This record gives sequence, structure tokens and C-alpha cells, in this order.
Amino acid sequence: MQTSADKTNQPLLDIANLKVDFHTPTGIVQAVRGLSFTLGRERLGIVGESGSGKSMTGRAILDLIPHPGVVGADRMMFRGQDLMAMDKRERRKLRGRHISMVMQDPKFSLNPVQTVGSQIAEAYRIHRKAGAREARERSLTMLESVQIREPARVYDLYPHEVSGGMGQRVMIAMMLIAEPEILIADEPTSALDVTVQLQILKILDDLVSERGMGLIFISHDLHLVQSFCDRVIVMYGGKVMETLPAAELADETTRGRRHPYTLGLLNCLPDLDHPREKLPTLNRDPAWLA
Amino acid sequence: MTAVTQAPPCRASAPGRLGRWGRALSRELTTVVITTFGLLLVTFFIARVVPIDPVLAVVGDRAPADVYEKARLALGLDKPLWHQFAIYVGKVFTGDLGTSVLTSQKVVDDIRTVFPATLELATLGTLIGVVIGVPLGILAAVNQGRWQDQIARVVGLIGYSVPVFWIGLMALLLFYAKLGWVAGPGRISVVWQDIVTTRTGVIMLDAALDGEWEAFWDAFSHLILPAAVLGLLSVAYVSRMTRSFMIGELQQQYVIAARVKGVSEAAVIWRHALRNAAVPLFTVIALSYMHLLEGSVLTETIFAWPGLGRYLTNALLNADMNAVLGGTLVVGVVFIGVNLLTDIIGRLADPRVR
Repeated sequence: MQTSADKTNQPLLDIANLKVDFHTPTGIVQAVRGLSFTLGRERLGIVGESGSGKSMTGRAILDLIPHPGVVGADRMMFRGQDLMAMDKRERRKLRGRHISMVMQDPKFSLNPVQTVGSQIAEAYRIHRKAGAREARERSLTMLESVQIREPARVYDLYPHEVSGGMGQRVMIAMMLIAEPEILIADEPTSALDVTVQLQILKILDDLVSERGMGLIFISHDLHLVQSFCDRVIVMYGGKVMETLPAAELADETTRGRRHPYTLGLLNCLPDLDHPREKLPTLNRDPAWLA
Repeated sequence: MTAVTQAPPCRASAPGRLGRWGRALSRELTTVVITTFGLLLVTFFIARVVPIDPVLAVVGDRAPADVYEKARLALGLDKPLWHQFAIYVGKVFTGDLGTSVLTSQKVVDDIRTVFPATLELATLGTLIGVVIGVPLGILAAVNQGRWQDQIARVVGLIGYSVPVFWIGLMALLLFYAKLGWVAGPGRISVVWQDIVTTRTGVIMLDAALDGEWEAFWDAFSHLILPAAVLGLLSVAYVSRMTRSFMIGELQQQYVIAARVKGVSEAAVIWRHALRNAAVPLFTVIALSYMHLLEGSVLTETIFAWPGLGRYLTNALLNADMNAVLGGTLVVGVVFIGVNLLTDIIGRLADPRVR
């Protein structure tokens, strides 16, 4: 996935030993414990069970860890800039403009009292000194590029008036209008009908490759990650179990090299060609988190 | 080219929205008519049910039987109940609420003088409640658990639990007697009494219309203290509700999405979260306003404020049924009116129920 834009060979994102701790009255909860990875102009999948820290990783990159969470890292660099050294204001300026995120359910992640168009235009106007008219024009173009047929009509609709699939396109338009380099997609299709999931992924994929962006695709769907991503990080309990090329997830011949947790996840997948009476239970080894 | 193809759906949607508006409005109006009818029915039957003989109230205890009978006929009490009700409704709609025994004036005229006094008190009180309560509630919600939240909590607690008659007296003692910052009890100083022509009955408004600015400020300095006392209660209520609505909204996914876009924290709070919290907040504010519009007997008594609350209480204590029922009717109609207004504002604020 190397493109001409990436001349310096510098990774978009370089993270070493990322930790997210929540200081609760009953003790410290470690959501992410020592995650390291680099992201180039590629599609990186992060998979894991619920509570494995995948979403918190995305939030930590955006500086959107809710109170009382604390983020720590040995290194967190965005294109050579040290994210850890930036203040809140500088981090905010990066959001939307350079690093953005598509969230799970458009039913809840769009503001119910604003038209979808004005929400897209807002994302543009925050980062570009643009008038209302220019922002509208850009938003309409953006709606078109997420394959909405009547942008001018959809622009004036409220979130409750659009379907889930259309809502997620609006979300993508809103999050990509300022042309960020990195997009974090946090389970972007989990709340959608199976029939529209692939459409949305196609749109996402086209835009990401067209613009040479880096994509972090957070999911618990192994099939999806395997077919959609270049590289996959498998997380468990806030730690990386292993990192592997996505193609190898399906490759039976490399199974010997796989981490037992990854194998456990793969074994839990029902297979249409070889139906089994009983799916095995995942056996988690406490030693993995040591 | 695109403009041509897009035009039809736009034009088609405009009458659609208008039509929905029309239907909603007619639904609201039907509700208003039905509730008003119910209100009239209730006030009418209260008058029948209470153990006060309306004839005796007119003729006195010692009237001979023939005088009593004559008065009964004159009042139409021999007619069937539905007929009496029809007469009652007819009278109400022509602005005849009967005569007050206590003031021996028409109840309508009495209410015309006392209601504006309560109106200005309630309006300024609510205004204070909103202007201070909403930001205080937002501050508390944004800084949940920190000192700002604690301060808001204490203000709320004081507003809720300190009795109005005590805080009213203390306020008079401090700001009127000791500091002399404001005027004392009453609506306006004797000097200005009857100088301003009564147009609306709201003295400040009348003074402004007359261009009597000194009278205007005199009325304001009489009004501000009782309004602040009522406002404190309103601040307590509004700030608590604002806090809880805002906490609810700030946890929503769309707030995170706005932050992801790079929206500043101030805009997240004021433009995104508050805009959503405003929908239920309108109802809360309207409820608190309606509560104050009933007239607040204690505050009006302490500040010698000739408002609806005092008028109604006096009427009630003296079994002045015409005044009581007339006042009840007016309060009821105001309730219905404010309710209608709140519904309309709610519809405007929330596209989901439009």
C-alpha cells in the first residue's frame, strides 16, 4: 500500500507501549496495557473480544479518553509530531483534520436536532476558513462521493429521517470532509443490516485507498477483518497477542505459527462447509497477560 | 442539470412539512378546546357542590322567604343543570364572572388589576431562574463532582429548603432596611401612585409607554426583591434539571462524534448538548413559570404585593365564591395557554416530533 505521497517512508502513526488506566474508587482498571504498533498508509485491523481495549486504543489516539482515564505511552508520534507533548488544544486541532473516526451506530452518533448537512458542513468549517456557501458546496460534493444520489435533498434531512446505511454514509462524509490522513473505524458496520454492510465497507475502502489514508479498522468480526485489512493486530485484555498479515488468518498452513488466542478465536467461528455439533469454548491463559 | 432534477423532491417536501404542521396545530387546538370545556365544567360544578348557598350570599341570612325565592329565580337556579351551565358558559365568554362580595366590584375588573401584578412578578422571577439557573446547571454538569458542582448543589438546596417567608423577610431586612438598595413593600411608591395611566396593568410597561422613566425605575426597584426571592426557587429547580439533562446529553455518542470532528469544548456544550437538552428544559421552565403564575401567597403577603395569590386567598377565606371561581378559571386558562405555547416551542426545537 505504499503510495507516492509517502515519500519520507515515515509512518503515519508510531505508538510504543500505550497504556490506558482508569482510576476508579475500587482500584485501577487497565484497559490498554502496553500496546505498540506503527501505521503506514495501509488498512490495519484490530480484533479482539469485548473489553479487549480496541476501542480505547482508538480513543487514546484521539485524546478522547473519558474521565477518570489516564493515557500513558513511551512514544506516540503522528507523522513525526509527538502527540504526548501536545496540549489539549493542539490535540483538538488534529481531530477531524488529521485523525478522524467513524463510530458504530449512526442512530446515536449524529446530533438529532441538526440536519445532517449542517453537521457535515460544521466539520469542514472548523478546520477550513470557509464561508457557509463553500462549506455547503463541499458537503454536497462529499455526500456525492459517499454515493448519495440526491445530495441536496439529503442535506436538509434530520438524522431520524435517514436509514442506518445512509446515516453511516453521512458519518463517513462528515469524518472525511476535512481530508484527514488517518481514519479510525470503530466497528463501522456492526449496527447495520448485513445487506448494507458491504456497501458501506466498499465506500470506506474506495475513499481510503483513493486518498492514500491510513485506516485503523476496529472489529470483532474475523471474516471481515481478514477480507478487508492488510495487517491485523489481535488484542486480548489490553495487550497485543500477535500481529499478522490478514491473509494468514485464513491460511491453514500457517496455523502452527499462530498464537493460541488467535487460534481460539478462529476455532470459535462456525464453518458452513464443516458444521460442528458444538463450538469449542475459548480457553484463556492468564499467562498471556503477564 | 442537477438543479433541475433536484427541484421536484424539494418542492414536494415543502407542502408535506406544512401539512404536518397544520395537522399538529389543529390537534393542539382541539386539545385546547376540550380542556377549556373541562375547566368550565369543573368550575361550574365546584360552585354547585360547595356548601355555600349562592342565594344567601346575595340576600343575607335574614331575608324573608319571598325575597329569597325571588333572588333564586333571578340567579336562574330553578332551571335544569345543563341550562344553568349553558348560561354560565355564555356569561364567561362575554366576560362576566359575577361580582365579588368582598370588593363589591366585578370579578373581571378585580382580576384585571391583580393578575398583571402577579404576571410581572412571575415573569421576572422565571427570567432570573433561567438566566442564572441554566448556566449554573451547565457548569455543574460539565464539572460533575468538582467544586462548581458542589456550589450549584448548595444553591439548589438553599432554594428548595429555605422557606420563602424567612428569606423574604431577611432580604427585606438586608437590602431594604439596612442597605437601602431597593424599595420596600408594595408595587410602586405613593408619589407615583395613579400617575401612570393604566394600559396593560403591568406598571413598568405602562410607565415605559408613558415615558415616565423615574416611575419605571421606582417600580423596578419595588419588583426586583420579591422577584429575586421567587427567582431563587426557580434557579434551584431550573439548575438541578439543567444539570441532569446536560449530564444525560454529554454522555451521548453524538457528543463524542462532535469532539472527533474537532468541535471546541464550548461549542460541544452550547451548540450540541444544550440544543438537545433544551427540548425537555422548555417544559421544565414552563412548569416553573406556571407555578409562579398561580400567584405565590407567601411572597405576595410579605412584600404587600397586590397579586392574584393574595386576592384568591382572601376570597377563599371569605367564601367569596365568584372571586374564587373566576380566579381559578383565569389560572386554568393561563395554564392551558402556557401549555400550548410550550408544545409549540417543543415542536420547533425537536425535529423528531415536528
